[in-house]
Amino acid sequence: MTNLRVRAWRGGADGRFQEFDVPRRESQTVLDVVTHIQRHIDPSLAYRFACRVGMCGSCAMTVNGKPRWTCRTHVDKVAKDGKLEVAPLANLPVIRDLVADMREFFDKWARARGQFTPTSTRTDEFARVEPSSPARREADAGIECIGCAVCYAACDVVSWNPEYLGPAALNRAWTLVNDARDGGNAQRLLAVAGDAGCHSCHTMMSCTELCPKQLSPARSIAGLKRATRSVAFGADGE
Amino acid sequence: MSARLEARLWWAQRATAVFLAFFVAVHLATIVYAVRGGLSAAQVLARTQGSVAWGLFYAVFVLAASLHAAIGLRTIAGEWLSWRGASANAAVGFVALALAALGLRAVAAVVLA
Repeated sequence: MTNLRVRAWRGGADGRFQEFDVPRRESQTVLDVVTHIQRHIDPSLAYRFACRVGMCGSCAMTVNGKPRWTCRTHVDKVAKDGKLEVAPLANLPVIRDLVADMREFFDKWARARGQFTPTSTRTDEFARVEPSSPARREADAGIECIGCAVCYAACDVVSWNPEYLGPAALNRAWTLVNDARDGGNAQRLLAVAGDAGCHSCHTMMSCTELCPKQLSPARSIAGLKRATRSVAFGADGE
Repeated sequence: MSARLEARLWWAQRATAVFLAFFVAVHLATIVYAVRGGLSAAQVLARTQGSVAWGLFYAVFVLAASLHAAIGLRTIAGEWLSWRGASANAAVGFVALALAALGLRAVAAVVLA
């Protein structure tokens, strides 16, 4: 059995990489490697995970320089030369070791008006949304986001402009813009326009390339740019 | 800056980009066409002086370029230098006015007889 040479980030933002030798196994994921370090080598290693099957979005880390969900990233795919480097997600504060502080990431979902704004009550009829309608299909295309922040960590605009809401929050806003039952679009479009919002996106596509769910936040942001015409020129823009 | 103004600047930069694509194509094609077999300043002036069409063409060209460049520089200042806010807006506003003034002066020089 061969070993994998692993460099794992230790400490806070001013920390350093520590090297570990981890036994190489068949079908091994990056999360398996990190778990091996914590359970068999150094129990003080901090990292975050929950479901291990690509549903919860909590185990994303920087793997050999790129943000990835570690539970479904096979070592075979990313460490062909037997070397693996794991670090906390970029563009977020480091709490310790491999754990990034996600507060700002999720606060931006709220700032992008990512909350559903109901227009009816439980006594009303169910809304009937045609599955093949263009708006429903747009919402479908973005709705499977698991909030892992891989796109946020991959985005250069986030690193240049700390106020930028980021691909995930804007993608969430776009799904609600296309939700026929939602009544919050005037406020939402105002929230996602401008320097901190969709107009800062340069369409560099890192979000779309690295999204583990194969979503396209860049497409959603392009949709918001069109939808925010009303903010730029409409009477109710302010 | 309000979201509304930011959104308007974004649209203004895209709209001027569409104009510039047309202007630059006509500008370059005209140069390539006109310069065959050599071209002197006198020949250029003979064509442009008193021409309302070329005067309008280049005046609009200059204004579109001034606006487009200033909005782009404002974004670059914010993203690369973290220079945002009133001072950055004033600086790129000055750049826009300077580009427009210099450009329109040049247009006037070759169009007005």
